[in-house]
Amino acid sequence: MKKAVKKITYFASVAAIAVIFAGCSTATTSSKGNPVTDNTIKIGENMELSGAAGGYGNQMNQGIKMAVNEINQVGGVNVNGKKQKFKLIVRDNKTSTNTSASVATQLVNNDKVNAIVGTATTNAGTAQIPNITKAAVPAVSPSATDPNFTLQKNGKVQPYVFRACYQNNFQGGIGAKFTYNNLKARRVAILYDNSTDYGTGLEKAFKDTFKGKVVDTQGFTEGDKDFNAILTSFKNKKVDAIYVPGYYTEVGLIIKQARQAGINVPIIGTDGMADPKLAQIAGNQNSNKIYYTTPFSTKASESNPVAKKFMADYQKKYHTEAPTFSALAYDSVNMIKQAIEDEKSADSTKIAEGLSKIKNFDGVTGKITINKQHDPEKPIAIEQLTNGKVSNTYEIK
Amino acid sequence: MQTFFQQVINGLSLGSIYALLALGYTMVYGIIKLINFAHGDIYMLGAFWGYYSINTWHFSFIEALLSSMIVGAISGVVIEYFAYRPLRHAPRITALITAIGVSFLLENGMSYFFTSDTRDFPQIITQHNYNIGGVLISNIQILILVTACVLMILLQLIIKRTKMGKAMRAVSVDSDAAEMVGININRTISFTFALGSSLAGAAGVLIGLYYNSIDPLMGMTPGIKAFVAAVLGGIGSVPGASVGGFLIGILETLFQSIGLSAYKDAVVYGVLIIILLVLPAGIFGKNMKEKV
Repeated sequence: MKKAVKKITYFASVAAIAVIFAGCSTATTSSKGNPVTDNTIKIGENMELSGAAGGYGNQMNQGIKMAVNEINQVGGVNVNGKKQKFKLIVRDNKTSTNTSASVATQLVNNDKVNAIVGTATTNAGTAQIPNITKAAVPAVSPSATDPNFTLQKNGKVQPYVFRACYQNNFQGGIGAKFTYNNLKARRVAILYDNSTDYGTGLEKAFKDTFKGKVVDTQGFTEGDKDFNAILTSFKNKKVDAIYVPGYYTEVGLIIKQARQAGINVPIIGTDGMADPKLAQIAGNQNSNKIYYTTPFSTKASESNPVAKKFMADYQKKYHTEAPTFSALAYDSVNMIKQAIEDEKSADSTKIAEGLSKIKNFDGVTGKITINKQHDPEKPIAIEQLTNGKVSNTYEIK
Repeated sequence: MQTFFQQVINGLSLGSIYALLALGYTMVYGIIKLINFAHGDIYMLGAFWGYYSINTWHFSFIEALLSSMIVGAISGVVIEYFAYRPLRHAPRITALITAIGVSFLLENGMSYFFTSDTRDFPQIITQHNYNIGGVLISNIQILILVTACVLMILLQLIIKRTKMGKAMRAVSVDSDAAEMVGININRTISFTFALGSSLAGAAGVLIGLYYNSIDPLMGMTPGIKAFVAAVLGGIGSVPGASVGGFLIGILETLFQSIGLSAYKDAVVYGVLIIILLVLPAGIFGKNMKEKV
């Protein structure tokens, strides 16, 4: 008897699942992409507004809001001669891959957005790919840096995935060349964030390109505060420089603790530390001989009118210097705008097409051209900090 | 050799923070058999109080330290009153789950109201390094070590020499019997929470000064490590918690210094497992038979 009941429940559940899947497949095949329904172009924001990456997500949120406001203030986007406003729908993915996937589903199916900006992190971004691809809605991530983020398993490009930042191999390679050629460092220690794809990817990219000797490689986890022990062991190994791919929260502490432990060698990092908060955490007197690769240099912005205007507006609106993450997010929104104008349509599939064809787009973070892998090609700069202030900028082509 | 002593200094500074936190775990566990997972978040509240009091009212180090101890004590008592007291006679697992809930409430509440951004703690004491035979020790490291030791000695005196301390010890042995001889159980438990949480508040200010960076989620990892330290020392034992804290700090430093930094957390949790398997009562714990 018990067996029979078990069998019946089994068949019933199989049948139920089959029905659910049948429902799904009819729903998705009936339409391809989200068209504009009521004169407003809906932009979804799938962002890490809370949780571990909340700090970065909120900076991006500010950049996105500013871009959308600016576009709407002049009447909206020019779609084939007709002005259409942006409507921003913000959803928090709580820095969780599961939540990110469900946020993406909500945005594309319930809110019917035409394009998505987000996510901040590679992990959360990868989680949303199946859902946005099924719905044919493009997403531009301001800061997902993993080289494989825009690629499918078979090496083909993901049709609906774009980004506004460099991928790791490029940035890590530039960092390695700069350390060897410009700083003449031969013995380097690496201290990287091994809790994120960002840190591990950059660590690998640096090691692959660096021509000198990597004498020691050590990892830390997001949220770590004590690096004294690692730094003491570096000091013992007589290194010429330290490469620290990570975010400013931890790198700021690394700089502070290194300088206080009497380690005065150059510290080279990445765009994750390109933030005014870095020097606040490290202390201005400790922020010397600090170099980092960045897409968005405050010095370079003097020659870039788009960046200059953005910096001034940001300062006026938020009363603080614009961080890199806000700049990247601001560019992401404007890339979508550019794609709509080029294609003369705001249908989600058309936006995806437009994004893949972007050429010489004047962004805050430089002239952007999207390549075949959906990676942006743009100039990279290296900034140097002296007493907590940017004292020098190296343009690397 | 210099490197070794330098690492010992690093380990002791880190360890004294764990020790201060572990004391709170151990006292609360000793008295009501509750692992107060919200303890690490009281440490976070202490750090934030230090941040605001120094920035807004320009408190000196001593004022910030004392006031954050008071704030820690008050928040500990309030949490106990609202979250744990109603569950005094509920099964232990209920209280444990509530403690985890309170921890999440504090972390996410603070993130919601004050954003999850990392802030730089005001540096009220300028750092000086002293070079003793090639080993660098900073005045802040000395300050942390001395403050932690002074607080631990004070705590030991309170427990051993005062009436309230006697009551605490009585309640921890047998709360029913203690009640029968006229000890006010609720007041004693509140006092224990106040004492433990004030140490966490102090640890918050010290860590702010040492690392110069605070955020609403900062209590999570040190909280769990302090818990491991308390278990290592023998949960329920006050000297055990201090020793456990220092041991965990030194152990973590040791593993980082030999190049296994990626595994330092794993090592600490490994210690927890080994201790539970080999020496379940910890280093200083009494090997008590469970009453049937």
